[in-house]
Amino acid sequence: MMVLTRSRELSGCGLSGIISRKKNLIPGEVIIRSITHMRERGNGLGAGYAGYGIYPDFPDEYAFHIMYDDELARKETEEYIKQRFHVIHYEEIPTRKVKGIQDSPLLWRYFLRPIEPPDESDFVEEDYVMKAVMDINDKIRGAYVFSSGKNMGAFKGVGEPDDIGEFYRIDEYQAYLWVAHTRFPTNTPGWWGGAHPFTLLDWAVVHNGEISSYGTNKRYLEMFGYKCTLRTDTEVVAYLIDLLVRRHKLPLRIAAYALASPFWKDIDRMPENQRRLFTAIRMVYGSALLNGPFAILVSWNGGLMGLNDRIKLRPFVAAVKDDKVYMASEEAAIREICPSPDRVWAPKAGDPVIALFEDFDGGTQFKEHQV
Amino acid sequence: MLYKSLSSFPVFEVERDYDKCIVCGCCVQQCTFDATYYLPYAKKVITDEHKCVGCKRCEAMCPTGAIKVRAVTNEFKHNAYWDARTIRDIYKQADQGGVILTGGGNDRRFRVYWDHLLIDACQVTNPSIDPLREPMELRTFLGRKPDALEVEYNEKGEPELKTKIAPNLVAEIPVIFAPMSYGALNLNMHKAMAAAADAMGTYWNTGEGSLHRDLYKYGHCTIVQVASGRFGVSAEYLKVAAAAEIKIGQGAKPGIGGHLPGEKVDEEISKTRMIPVGTDALSPAPHHDIYSIEDLRQLIYAIKEATNYEKPVSVKIAAVHNVAAIASGIARAGADIIVLDGFRGGTGASPAIVRDYVGIPVEIAVAVVDQRLREEGIRNWVSIIAAGGIRNSADVIKAIALGADAVYIGTSALLAVGCTLCHKCYTGRCAWGITTNDPHIAKRLNPDIAAERLINLLKGWAHEMKEMLGLMGINAIESLKGNRLRLRAIGLTKEEMDILGVLPAGEGI
Ligand code: SF4
Ligand code: SF4
Ligand code: SF4
Repeated sequence: MMVLTRSRELSGCGLSGIISRKKNLIPGEVIIRSITHMRERGNGLGAGYAGYGIYPDFPDEYAFHIMYDDELARKETEEYIKQRFHVIHYEEIPTRKVKGIQDSPLLWRYFLRPIEPPDESDFVEEDYVMKAVMDINDKIRGAYVFSSGKNMGAFKGVGEPDDIGEFYRIDEYQAYLWVAHTRFPTNTPGWWGGAHPFTLLDWAVVHNGEISSYGTNKRYLEMFGYKCTLRTDTEVVAYLIDLLVRRHKLPLRIAAYALASPFWKDIDRMPENQRRLFTAIRMVYGSALLNGPFAILVSWNGGLMGLNDRIKLRPFVAAVKDDKVYMASEEAAIREICPSPDRVWAPKAGDPVIALFEDFDGGTQFKEHQV
Repeated sequence: MLYKSLSSFPVFEVERDYDKCIVCGCCVQQCTFDATYYLPYAKKVITDEHKCVGCKRCEAMCPTGAIKVRAVTNEFKHNAYWDARTIRDIYKQADQGGVILTGGGNDRRFRVYWDHLLIDACQVTNPSIDPLREPMELRTFLGRKPDALEVEYNEKGEPELKTKIAPNLVAEIPVIFAPMSYGALNLNMHKAMAAAADAMGTYWNTGEGSLHRDLYKYGHCTIVQVASGRFGVSAEYLKVAAAAEIKIGQGAKPGIGGHLPGEKVDEEISKTRMIPVGTDALSPAPHHDIYSIEDLRQLIYAIKEATNYEKPVSVKIAAVHNVAAIASGIARAGADIIVLDGFRGGTGASPAIVRDYVGIPVEIAVAVVDQRLREEGIRNWVSIIAAGGIRNSADVIKAIALGADAVYIGTSALLAVGCTLCHKCYTGRCAWGITTNDPHIAKRLNPDIAAERLINLLKGWAHEMKEMLGLMGINAIESLKGNRLRLRAIGLTKEEMDILGVLPAGEGI
């Protein structure tokens, strides 16, 4: 890991996401156009993308995208990886030379299968991968895993969104789910890892906002083995989702209510059953509440969720057209790539917008009321 | 004089402006320490300053404003090491032998960590929230929480809670009236705290002297204490309460017991405490059935059995050096709430030497206990209440940011109803009618007015806390819990900051 300053990234940003629920492939060029349309919301100091379905040749391997400061970090990390994973394939992440992009770190990707330890009866593959990510980020100087899911990948860095898109050759990928982000950091930038999305396993989070409860969230996550080393509050969102949905098996919608819970005045008026549930959510997951202004997009191999803070202090718009669902900071970013949507609306504060793939079977945990 | 007598050097001067004095005699009647008397031949009211304890009752009650009670400032030759109090204490002990008693909380000049912590606010990137326009939530749950919830969808497609949640206290403001016993306080003060807690949706604590029958109606907002003396502990007492608390220690006097002199045990106290009238009520230093953490576990579960597992059980300890490990043991022994009572906590009566030099600050205790329980992954098992010297709403905010769930207030509550911190509670002569059972003096404390003042205090603190949450950009108290990143230290050493888990002022993040 290579944090340059002790300061946490503070940012005002733009975000955009698009999902084809029938898994029709969407060219990368589309998402670039959408995010670039919100130039006002960024200042060229960070942008990023995540695409799902981009690695059809390695659909079952964990795709690690890693940034290195230097060859030494790469050597050390690769040794670590080889001890714990079968490396099915690895290569440098293909990039182009772009005028606006300088000082890029070394960028590599690895397609990995865990080597299951023989003596562990309660082996959980995802926990194993998560621990490897935490270890590399925390312990190896100059190495940062910025993507670790199956058949998905995050691409991010310092630059304008169109430059970053061109640099990573996003236009050459096809995905059935894209998210993108452009950043307006308020402090000294310079670190590629500080850009969004933030990921863990196949969770990717892009975020516009500032989390006033960061200290509470971080210390809560530490109890469960997450290490918040990146000094940006978005990181905690990705980990909270992983904890609540993957590990605690909360229904996605319920997890969203833990992150942006309703007010007591509303809970107190709910019917008995619901009141009990929401009271318990706030009692038990109070430390997971994200306080402060935010709009976030959470994507994973099952779909896309958008969420606003509990008093809606950041803009957030959703739209539907045929099998596609769009979510963005501004309607303009949606209209740029979908001029006449069937429906456009501004979701209510704290009310998650969930769009799942039609073929996604997440069981009752994801038996959500969708858009 | 060859030997200095205890009363050679008064601590207070009582200045009476005889131009203003109308010789009404009010101050004579009000002085419960017999310091003031009427001198018939001079037709004057005079104060024997040696007896004055500086309670300022006479000053407050004089109808013409003729009295000024002041601490003597130039009593001995200045000495930075042998201060006046030290000198006087030696005279006193040379006079009488014995232990010097005191009441109230530690007033020595130790570092006050609260005053070295500053609170963060939002600017630009993160808007602050206006508490007058947006909801601002202080509701706090105290008790054991599961690590995770199980939620399933029922046939109707509605999410349903599967997890059974252990009983919790629900406080609408994370401020609870601290345990102060009936006996040390009189019934009027107990009535006032109970009524105020009820009105504000929070709780009060009986202390170790049990609960008077008249107050059983406040059971739903009452935490009842079970201390080493086991005064008035009955099945009914436990049943009527919202929660039970095992008192192991007290911040003002860690490791020692209590003593309510027989003179104070009148008819009502005798009935409530279930001891004969006129007998000394002795609380042994340890519980004679608790000599280990396993023993504590047995008592915790005995209480849980007796109350059908319907009430949280709290354990209160004095903040001592090894508090983190002790708290971890208590959490594992089955307690639902742990109260950490810091060395600034008050007392009805304690040896001054113990009050002044034993224990550690609650700020430190909260920080290390919260951190330890998190490291062990058991922070959800218990709630932490910080007690001992919480002075204002900023102390509450800081305590919660350091890792507490709620606070107890004792001294602040007494101040609200008139206490002037004269520290003479142990005499039973409190001129403000608070820590006295003399029915005549106790009348000075009107329970209704006292309740109103306590309610005002809590309302004021609640407003201020909402204001502070708003400026931090937080609209629910749970987002403050353990949020040490919103605190900064000023003037502390590196070690102190590490222990408190806070960064120095000037460091961003
Ligand atoms: S009432 Fe209090 S302050 Fe006044 S003389 Fe008596 S002891 Fe002193
Ligand atoms: S109360 Fe005031 S006016 Fe009355 S006797 Fe005392 S000093 Fe004089
Ligand atoms: S309660 Fe009464 S005796 Fe005790 S310090 Fe306060 S005023 Fe003095």
